[in-house]
Amino acid sequence: MTETNSSNGVQPESFAWDAESEAAIGRVVAKYPPGKQASGVIPLLYIVQNQMGRQTGSAWIPRAAMDAVAHRLGMAPIRVYEVATFYLMFNTKPIGKWHLQVCTTTPCWLRGSDAVVEACKAATGIGAFGETSEDGLFTMTEVECLGACVNAPVLQVNDDFYEDLDADSTRQLLDALRRDAPPRPGSVTGRQTSAPAGGPTTLTTLQNLGPPPPDAVQPPRER
Amino acid sequence: MAKVTVDGIVVEVPNGSTVLQACELAGKEIPRFCYHERLSIAGNCRMCLVEIEKAPKPVASCAFPVADNMVVKTDTPMVRNGRRGVMEFLLINHPLDCPICDQGGECDLQDQALGYGMDHTRYEENKRAVKDKNLGPLVKTVMTRCIHCTRCIRFVTEIAGVPDLGATSRGESLEVGTYVEKALGSELSGNIIDLCPVGALTSKPYAFVARPWELKKTDSVDVLDAVGTNIRIDSRGPEVLRILPRLNEEVNEEWLADKARFSMDGLKRRRLDRPWVRRDGKLVQATWGDAFTVIAERLQGVAGERIGALAGDLCDAESMVALKDLLTALGSANLDCRQDGVLLQAGRRDFYTFNSTIAAIEEADALLLIGTNPRREAPVINARIRKRWLASKMLIGLIGETAELTYDFQHVGGDAGAFDGLRDASAGFGKTLADANKPMVIVGQPALRQPGVLAAVWELAGAIGALAGEWHGFNVLHTAAARVGALDLGFVPGQGGRDLAGMLNGGVDVLWLLGADEFDTARIGRNTFVIYQGHHGDRGAARADVILPGSAYTEKSGTYVNTEGRVQRGLRAVYPPGEAREDWTIIRALSEVLGKTLPYDDLPGVRARLEQVNPVFGRTNFLPRFGVSDRSGPGQGSGRASGPFGVAIENYYQTDPISRASPTMAACTETFATTPLLQAAE
Repeated sequence: MTETNSSNGVQPESFAWDAESEAAIGRVVAKYPPGKQASGVIPLLYIVQNQMGRQTGSAWIPRAAMDAVAHRLGMAPIRVYEVATFYLMFNTKPIGKWHLQVCTTTPCWLRGSDAVVEACKAATGIGAFGETSEDGLFTMTEVECLGACVNAPVLQVNDDFYEDLDADSTRQLLDALRRDAPPRPGSVTGRQTSAPAGGPTTLTTLQNLGPPPPDAVQPPRER
Repeated sequence: MAKVTVDGIVVEVPNGSTVLQACELAGKEIPRFCYHERLSIAGNCRMCLVEIEKAPKPVASCAFPVADNMVVKTDTPMVRNGRRGVMEFLLINHPLDCPICDQGGECDLQDQALGYGMDHTRYEENKRAVKDKNLGPLVKTVMTRCIHCTRCIRFVTEIAGVPDLGATSRGESLEVGTYVEKALGSELSGNIIDLCPVGALTSKPYAFVARPWELKKTDSVDVLDAVGTNIRIDSRGPEVLRILPRLNEEVNEEWLADKARFSMDGLKRRRLDRPWVRRDGKLVQATWGDAFTVIAERLQGVAGERIGALAGDLCDAESMVALKDLLTALGSANLDCRQDGVLLQAGRRDFYTFNSTIAAIEEADALLLIGTNPRREAPVINARIRKRWLASKMLIGLIGETAELTYDFQHVGGDAGAFDGLRDASAGFGKTLADANKPMVIVGQPALRQPGVLAAVWELAGAIGALAGEWHGFNVLHTAAARVGALDLGFVPGQGGRDLAGMLNGGVDVLWLLGADEFDTARIGRNTFVIYQGHHGDRGAARADVILPGSAYTEKSGTYVNTEGRVQRGLRAVYPPGEAREDWTIIRALSEVLGKTLPYDDLPGVRARLEQVNPVFGRTNFLPRFGVSDRSGPGQGSGRASGPFGVAIENYYQTDPISRASPTMAACTETFATTPLLQAAE
C-alpha cells in the first residue's frame, strides 16, 4: 500500500478545507480536551472524504489531505496514513460517484447476494470488485457484514443502506442512481424497519398507530 | 512489591512490573520478538506466552502486569504448544532465505525457531511478498522477512523522535514503512538494524559482506564525536567490516550514532600507508629512515620556540603525551589542541567537562542549551535529553541558532546578550531555571569561541542554582573526541608558548600536525616546515613537507576521554596498513633520532606517564559524580562576546578525515542535502 512521491498522477498537489469542512472541524475538535486533538483523526478523515465527494464527486482521501489532517491535529503524518489505510471506509484511491458496497457475508450470500453482485456488474459494466465503471459513476466493493442481516441481502450506497434486494430491485436502484435520484434508503420491499416481511406478527394492535413519520426514523445525520 | 512464583522460584518484583520482568528476575528466559526494554510495550508477537495459574489461556507475559501471589509457569505443555503455534504462524509468510540473509547467524527468529519451530510446514499456499522500501543509504530493507514486531516504528517514534515509520494497511496487507517514500531523517537510524529481530532491516553497506562467526570482535570506543560511545569493532583479517554499539548505561545505553556506525569504509580509503617527503615541491615516497633524517636535518639549529605542535580531534592520549614530551624536550611550549579556536583552558577540570554526567540528564528538571545543537554534535546525548523530555516534559531553553532537536524547546535568544534576561527569576525561562531543583546548562563549542562566554555561563549557572554541593549543572559539550584528553594533558600553550593563531602565518618554523585537519591550512606560513602525522590524506597531509603515517582509532590501543571526562580505552582491532605505525611509537622512535629519547618504550610505560601527568588517567571507565566545591569562575579574559554563536557542525555526516573519506557518508550527505536533515518536519 506504499504510495510513492511520483504517485500515479491522481494525487492532487494540495488540499484546502472549504467553509463547510472548517465548521465541521471546529465541532469535532471542540469535543476533545486540549492536547488530545489527535483523537479527532477519524472524524476529520470523514470530513475530508465528504468534502472531496462534494467538490469532485469522488469521495476519497488524497495524501495531501492526510497531511492537512496531520497538520491540523498536530500529529505526525505517518500516524494519519496508518489510520486512513487501516479502515476500509476510507478510500485512499479515487472512486466513483456511487460507491456500491455489496455485502457477501454468509447471511446475505444465503439470501442471494450473488444475484445482487451480478446485477451490479451487468448494469454498470464493472468486471470485478474494486473496479470503477467506465463512466466513473460506480465503484463496486465487496464488504463484510454490514450488520443488517435481518434484511439481507444488503447493498450500501455511499452512506445509505438498501435492503431486501434482488436482481430486479438492484437494477432499478442503479437506474435511479444513474438518474441522480436515489430512492429512500431502507428496505426496498416496503418492509417496516426490521419487522417480518408482510407486516408484524406480534404487537399487531400497534398497527393502528401507523408507521412513524420518516424523519423520526432517520434523524438527520451529523458528523 | 508483589510476590510472584515463577516455576517454583519466588521473586519479589515492584508493583506494575510485567510478568516477563518477573520471569527474567527468576532467571527464566522468555522468547520474544516485539518486547524491548527500552521501547514501549506492543504485545503483538505473542511469542512470550506463559501459563498463569487460574488463567484459562496462555498469557502474553510482556504485556501482563504482575499481581501478588501470582503463580507463573514458563515451561508446561500449554506454554510450549502456544509458542509453537505462534512460531508456526510467524513462519507462514517468512521466507526460507536464511542462506542469503544477512541476519543469518544472529537472527532471533532463526534461534527461536530452533526451539519452537516445526521441522516441516503445513502450508502449501504461496507466501506473501512485500515490496522493499527505500529508507536511504544506510538501512537495507527486505520487507518480505518482516514479522511486524514494530520495534523499528517504536524506536524512531520514541527514541529517535523522527516519526517517519508506521504500519499502514491491515491484516494480510499490513506493511511497515514510510508510506510516502523517503529516507529516514535520523542520525540514530542504524539502531533499527540492531533492533530488528529478523533480517528485514539490515545494514546496506554491510550487505553480503560477512557472516557473524567469521568476525573478530574487539571492544573499543568511538572517536567520531565526543560522547565516547562504547563500540564493538567486527573485523576480518585486515579489514574493519562493521561497528556495533556496546551496552554502557552511563554513556550510550545501547545506541550508536550513524556516523560512528557507518564511517568505517572511510578507513580503507585515502589512507597514508607509507612515509612521504616533499622534494622540489612534490611529495615523494620515502622510508621511515629518510623521513626521520629529513626531520632531524630540518630541526637542526631551530630554536625551541620556533617549533610548534597541533593535536587533532581524533588523537589518543598516548600519542599526545608523547608529542608533548618531545616538544618539551626540544624546548618548545607551542602546543595547541583547540583547532576550532574555543577559549577553553587546561587546568580546573569542571570548566571544560560535562560535569553532570550523561546519565544525570535523566535527573535534571530544566535544561538550558547554549550555542549547541546536540542532535548534530552528539546524537546519543540528544536521545538522552529526549528521553528525559518524554518522561515528564522537562522545560528546555535554547540560546543560539534554532534547529529541529526532536523535543520542544523555548528559543530564549540568539547570542550572549540573552544571558542577562535569564537572571530575572520572576518571569520567562529565567523563572523556570530558578524554580528547578536540578537545573542544567549545556554550552557548546561555538559559544565558547566568543570571549567571556565561559565565565558568563559559569556565572549564570551559579545564579540559577546549577552549582550546588550535590549537583553540578555546568556542562561543556565537546565535538572532538580528543579534546578533553588533550586539555587533561595540558596540550595547550605553556609558559610563553604560542597558541594556534600564533603558530600560523609564520609564527613557527616547524609545525607538527598530529592528525590536525580541522583548521584552514592555508593560514600556515609559506616557509613553515610542516610534519603531518596521521592516517588520512586530508587537508593537513596536503600541506605537509613530511608525512608520517599513523594509525586510525581501530588500529591502536588508545585512551580517550569523553566530554564527561570519562577515561576509556579502546583495543586494537586490526593492524595499520602498510608502513603505518601506532602513533606514540612513531614519536618515540623519532625522539631517539633527535637525541631526545623519551623515557618509555612500551604501552604500560606511556600509560604510567599519562597518569603521572594527570592522575585522572589512572581511573578508567568509572566516573564519580561530584558537586561543586569551588564556585569561583574562570577569568573573564579580554574582549566582549558579540554576534550570533554560529553552529559547530554544518554537515553531520562528514566532520573528520575518516567520515570525509567514507563513500557511505558521502551518500548520506547527498541524500540529506536536498531534505535538510535538521529542519525535517517533526
